Amino acid sequence: MSLDTLYHVNTPEGISLRLSPAGPVPRMLAWMIDILIRLAINAVMFSVLAFMGNTGMGIGLIISFLLEWFYPVYFELYKNGQTPGKKAFNLYVTMENASPITPAASVIRNLLRFVDFLPFFYGFGFVSMMISNRFQRLGDLVASTVVLHKALEHNVLDEIKADPITPPVSLKLNEQQALIRFYQRRPYLTDDRADELAKLTGPLLDKDDPAPASRLMGISSWIMGNR
Amino acid sequence: MSAIRQSQFINKHEALWKNFEEWIDYQELSRWKKKSKKKPVKAPDEIDFPHVYRQICHHFALANSRLYSPILVERLNKLVIRGHQKLYSTRTHFWRDILQFFAGGFPALVRQEWKVVSIAAFLFYVPFIAILVAIQFYPDLIYSVMDGSQVRDLESMYDPELHDKLGRERESDSDIYMFGFYIKHNIGIDFQLFAGGMLFGIGSLFFLLFNGIFLGAAFGHMTYIGYYDTFWGFVVGHGAFELQAAFLSGAAGLKLAQALIMPGRKSRGRALVDNGKIAVKIMYGVIVFSIIAAFIEAFWSSTVMPVMIKYVVGVCLWALVTAYFIFVGRKTT
Repeated sequence: MSLDTLYHVNTPEGISLRLSPAGPVPRMLAWMIDILIRLAINAVMFSVLAFMGNTGMGIGLIISFLLEWFYPVYFELYKNGQTPGKKAFNLYVTMENASPITPAASVIRNLLRFVDFLPFFYGFGFVSMMISNRFQRLGDLVASTVVLHKALEHNVLDEIKADPITPPVSLKLNEQQALIRFYQRRPYLTDDRADELAKLTGPLLDKDDPAPASRLMGISSWIMGNR
Repeated sequence: MSAIRQSQFINKHEALWKNFEEWIDYQELSRWKKKSKKKPVKAPDEIDFPHVYRQICHHFALANSRLYSPILVERLNKLVIRGHQKLYSTRTHFWRDILQFFAGGFPALVRQEWKVVSIAAFLFYVPFIAILVAIQFYPDLIYSVMDGSQVRDLESMYDPELHDKLGRERESDSDIYMFGFYIKHNIGIDFQLFAGGMLFGIGSLFFLLFNGIFLGAAFGHMTYIGYYDTFWGFVVGHGAFELQAAFLSGAAGLKLAQALIMPGRKSRGRALVDNGKIAVKIMYGVIVFSIIAAFIEAFWSSTVMPVMIKYVVGVCLWALVTAYFIFVGRKTT
């Protein structure tokens, strides 16, 4: 059983896509951005339309109705599954099989928002997200949609140059993999954390190595073919 | 020494990946941005998209099986997801589909789902008629449904004497206001009727009974105090659409509840997804019916004309709606 929340979808091309569903916290924050945007639009709209008397109010009510129920539908269908809030947090809505969301699915998940919101502030939605293994609220379950993290850009970094060091023991393939991972993640780690992680490798290091991380970087560099 | 091959691999295919990514970026731009003159976006080289996509799928599979570095695999995974989204997006004929739906699909669907539809109709109309009749014999019943101020508001809205004085029931600019109000308020209620189905049907059940009783009480009270023409003349036209929309959204909710309570030989999750697809179609019908109802209520029901005309038009609308559900769309099924 895996500890992370990733899941895989097999495509007709015979490969399996790795998808990472978004949990309640980023989704809630994204929702809050959206609600603020909607409130702002409503406030501006009604203050402008107020000059048009009852006609303006009528138009305002229709627009606020559309904002309330169909604001997410619009963005999900026409903006690649991202409302402005979701865009800010790099989330997007898609079908479970990673194909783009269909109009029917979008309408279902947004109409059912009403039950997800019950009994107060997305109570049922939260419970449903915790129970389902893809963080789906009730609307997502019925529409068979998921909210995914959009993968962030990781550039293959070769900024850190390390002189290659021949490893003192021969390494298995998965051990080599771990070292390459370490090499590539090094720029994202603090020096202390890198040393701490490096110390876990045991026989690769001399006892009391003053800079375990940089020695490990050297070994990784050797594994990656620098001689 | 997979890593040596990795750098060769990247060098060899980098240009293709870049080109592919730029192409998708460009496709995802809105039409407006593509044409914007301030910041002209250069269109990337045309690619044979399905072919290139399959190539990249192949690269991804290779990168996986050769245990290339996670960052490279992650990057290819991302490219493949984006390609997948692009390739498997469905192009629908939106307007044609909608037209076809209302020219036959919707009434056929309502007939096909006659079980939930008749349960919902029963739950809505039986209390409605029961309390309407009961109030004629026990008029005080109205106060168990509404409080005094609500009853007073209702009475003043349809008081024949007030109507005689004003001549017109309200100013014409109020029509648009009321249109907006009916849309926001009535369709909002319909959506709640639908969504309530997810609570094992209790939500839909409650809203169906509640709305049936509440409306029935209002109808009964108005009839009892003798505001026949102002009240019935007002409601008969849009009622043909509004009342059907109300219980049909309840039926859509019950369809969801059915998946939860008796999923049959499917898992509950699967049943919900399948029934959800049917329920949302009923909701498309409900939305259109409610908009028609709001339109009639705002712009027709409020006009002043001989009440006989209103009754005739109202009866015609009821006959039209009934005929629509009984006869239309027989061929397609």
